[in-house]
Amino acid sequence: MQMVTVGVLALQGDFAEHEAILRRLGVDVREVRLPSDLTDLDSLIIPGGESTTISRLLAMYGLMQPLRDFAQHKPVWGTCAGMIVMAKTATNLDRETLNLMDIEVVRNAFGRQIDSFETALAFDELDGEPVKAVFIRAPLIRQVGEGVKVLARLDSGEVVAARQGHLLVTAFHPELTDDARLHKYFLSFGDNDD
Amino acid sequence: MVDSNGASADKGTFTVKKGFAQMLKGGVIMDVVTPEHARIAEEAGACAVMALERVPADIRRDGGVARMSDPSMIEGIKAAVTIPVMAKCRIGHFVEAQVLQALEIDYIDESEVLTPADEAHHVDKHQFTVPFVCGCRNLGEALRRISEGAAMIRTKGEAGTGDVVEAVRHMRQVMDDIRRLQNTPDDELYAVAKELGAPVELVREVKELGRLPVVMFTAGGIATPADAALMMQLGSDGVFVGSGIFKSSNPALMAKAIVQATTHFRDPKIIADVSRGLGEAMRGISVASLPESELLATRGW
Repeated sequence: MQMVTVGVLALQGDFAEHEAILRRLGVDVREVRLPSDLTDLDSLIIPGGESTTISRLLAMYGLMQPLRDFAQHKPVWGTCAGMIVMAKTATNLDRETLNLMDIEVVRNAFGRQIDSFETALAFDELDGEPVKAVFIRAPLIRQVGEGVKVLARLDSGEVVAARQGHLLVTAFHPELTDDARLHKYFLSFGDNDD
Repeated sequence: MVDSNGASADKGTFTVKKGFAQMLKGGVIMDVVTPEHARIAEEAGACAVMALERVPADIRRDGGVARMSDPSMIEGIKAAVTIPVMAKCRIGHFVEAQVLQALEIDYIDESEVLTPADEAHHVDKHQFTVPFVCGCRNLGEALRRISEGAAMIRTKGEAGTGDVVEAVRHMRQVMDDIRRLQNTPDDELYAVAKELGAPVELVREVKELGRLPVVMFTAGGIATPADAALMMQLGSDGVFVGSGIFKSSNPALMAKAIVQATTHFRDPKIIADVSRGLGEAMRGISVASLPESELLATRGW
């Protein structure tokens, strides 16, 4: 594989878990806490965590516009809290989102921690077994805009993963499992050529 | 509210319990005693709050028996914020834990800050769907709690003092125990497990991972942004702040500063910036001046 450097937003949350999988795949990894950390990155992951905390720190350290500029051209993947901050709108979030992707997200859609769960999930565009999907106080996608492709649904039909060109979101946490297929899938994304 | 994935969804698995703690990493969990405090904590960027009736400094001052908080008080805090809410039960008091689970609290802290209910047995935490965090002073204690089902560990420190010295001692102790384990040959792990008072399977896992198999936060005496960053540089995954915020002269400002110092814990310039003009930190009490009978960290085993 050609050497690439993937950034992982490291303001709060399970960024180290993403980094461990990326390193296993032989990729260079950089933690992103300040706008200058984005320089020369090939792509970025926004990890799981507490979306209220992450959205405050994004604004406080001037990361909102630099991330929007970055996402114009480079692949970005958000897991759980990352999906919330990438959405156009997020219910129950008291801060502005990055508005990178044309999706509407509901925060804490399944209830409190007692309702957190894991399940086997069929994922479009991935070969082989279903993925082991871990949902923790998880959000879901209530509405997708034009040009957004749904990649995974629960049995109830609720949307929990989607892609819009070079942007990817999952309501669950592939970084909490040993399965690196979703990370490989994300690493296959090319830049936006528009 | 959407139902999870019907019959094919597994709730309360260890992956889900431990995974939730992984979402809290790099964050600050703040003790709050009122809905107003909870809103200040959320606004400052806390990744969760701990709902309790009195902060540890007041428990220490008031004396008497400290118990689980009134459910209506916990519910008031749950209603005030969208971030996770934790609450404390007494060591070994499994009915207080059952009550907290019935209240759908997000994490239960089986805590030495409250007066222990059982001097021989901690709660069997495997019996619960809600995850538990427990305190420790060393690796053996951490692994005993994990074997009982704890999905998150915090070093104990000495709660309600504002003196970071015990937090440092316990964090260094756990890290030192782990480093020594990494240099121990496999055939000596059985004897080490006996010495630590912990199951050999967990001892082996720690040797392989080079860290605990669950998230480990720090607690007990963190009172300033620099304290928080110190604990992060010593290897903590995140920070509990008890009395340090709402016993300071400007809690909103102190809370926000500690959140930023925890994120940017390796950046002294940012820590300097956020440390400016915070007003007075909690006055505190030096741990060295406390008689042994007043130490909380020695509760639990």
